[in-house]
Amino acid sequence: MHQELREHIIKLLNTGIRLDGRKLTEYRKPIEVEQGVVKTAEGSARVKIGETDVMVGVKLEVGEPYPDTPDEGTIIVGAELLPLSNPDFELGPPGIQAIELARVVDRGIRESKALDFRKLCITPKEKIWMVIIDICPINDAGNLFDASSLAALAALKNAAYPKFDGEKVDYKEKTSKKLDLEKTPIAVTVIKIGDKFIVDPDIEEEKAVDARLTVSSIEDGTLCAMQKGGDYPLTTEDIDKMLDIGIEKAKELRKHL
Amino acid sequence: MPYTKRIDGRGFDETRKIEAKVGVIKRADGSAMFKIGNTWAYAAVYGPRNLHPKFLQDPQRGILRCNYNMMPFSSSGERVRPGGSRRSKEISLVTGKALLPVLDLEEYPNSVVDVFIELPQTEAGSRCAGICAASMALADAGLEMKDLVSAVSAGKVDDKLVIDLDYAEESYKDGSVADIPIAIMPNSGKITLLQMDGEIKKDELMRLIDMAKKALNDIYEIQKKALKEKYHEVEM
Repeated sequence: MHQELREHIIKLLNTGIRLDGRKLTEYRKPIEVEQGVVKTAEGSARVKIGETDVMVGVKLEVGEPYPDTPDEGTIIVGAELLPLSNPDFELGPPGIQAIELARVVDRGIRESKALDFRKLCITPKEKIWMVIIDICPINDAGNLFDASSLAALAALKNAAYPKFDGEKVDYKEKTSKKLDLEKTPIAVTVIKIGDKFIVDPDIEEEKAVDARLTVSSIEDGTLCAMQKGGDYPLTTEDIDKMLDIGIEKAKELRKHL
Repeated sequence: MPYTKRIDGRGFDETRKIEAKVGVIKRADGSAMFKIGNTWAYAAVYGPRNLHPKFLQDPQRGILRCNYNMMPFSSSGERVRPGGSRRSKEISLVTGKALLPVLDLEEYPNSVVDVFIELPQTEAGSRCAGICAASMALADAGLEMKDLVSAVSAGKVDDKLVIDLDYAEESYKDGSVADIPIAIMPNSGKITLLQMDGEIKKDELMRLIDMAKKALNDIYEIQKKALKEKYHEVEM
């Protein structure tokens, strides 16, 4: 169905430009990160990359720790591909796309140890903070992975604990105590179309993807999570190049936080 | 203590601060944002488009489907579990009924017009904010409409008739509270949404509807202005 479009995209990429005139590893502009947009959340952010628009809210709830980690709090990441944001999204429980998105964002935060889970413990074996991160796209014009991951991090950075008296959480009162974000894992999704690599695909380019690799890295370039997607395999050389692009572009995105 | 002054200092017939914008979701056929106080609604319209599965199709006319959803972080209390509740399903239903009278879908047999309402932040009056946003989004989608739809909550707090109750008023403890969401077609004055929680006398309700209509005319002007602003930009 998209064969002609795909051929056109590849022909353009071979000359070093893209459908919208960007260079291969150039993000759309502007990139906007706005924190604290939702008053009802403990933390929130809205990220726009070009026309892609994602809101993330953080709620903090008190719960019980898992038996195998009695002195650690936890994070829960949810994503809903709202049918408001894309004509192809449908109502209903999160499908496989939404679940993958949530899990990729989750892994970047969890595995980088951006949050020290032990600091989320209130009383060992009894009470912990659960950091619930919900991703809601407003307009999906491509690259929800990178936009959501950036928004999740910005929302975490913005989050403050609500008042907790040991029994009940008073959501009406936020304290001045912020969540302690120790690292800033940034996800960059590198796309392979034909033999070319691009970042920040728009909707048309997403339809032409051969393979993608989402690379999450922290400040010093250490990798903390990855996810390969797309129907085609990658060579070791491909991965080598894609990681370089991912780490380099993460530095650029991090400046927006 | 009698309710002599509104908790946030507004006049009894005054709404909270309103912001409205059209064309905020580029991928949608029509879209709008409507914010009243701390209640914030987005609406996107897709369609008329093909309706699947086929047995839902009406060969006489297109159908309107509305979905109202609170984002998980939109409540000032605990997280709202995603997936819809009985409450959100009912609101989706009455929202559809509030909007349908202004549409003429006979030109679009076997099709559907989808309206998705999402609330990033709520503090009372969310179904009315959703209806206001949705009616602007329908107009933005270029659908033929007989009128817009404007909605606001009216009510009684203790012995006072008020417009656009906020959370503190909805949960007022020192007297009774009636909460009455109303939607009208501003040009004809006809009512397309009417619900009520609480107690009120009939003559008070009739007075309240008049009061609401005045506030709704102001809201209508705000909606029209937002629509004109979008298309003004295009002209330039």
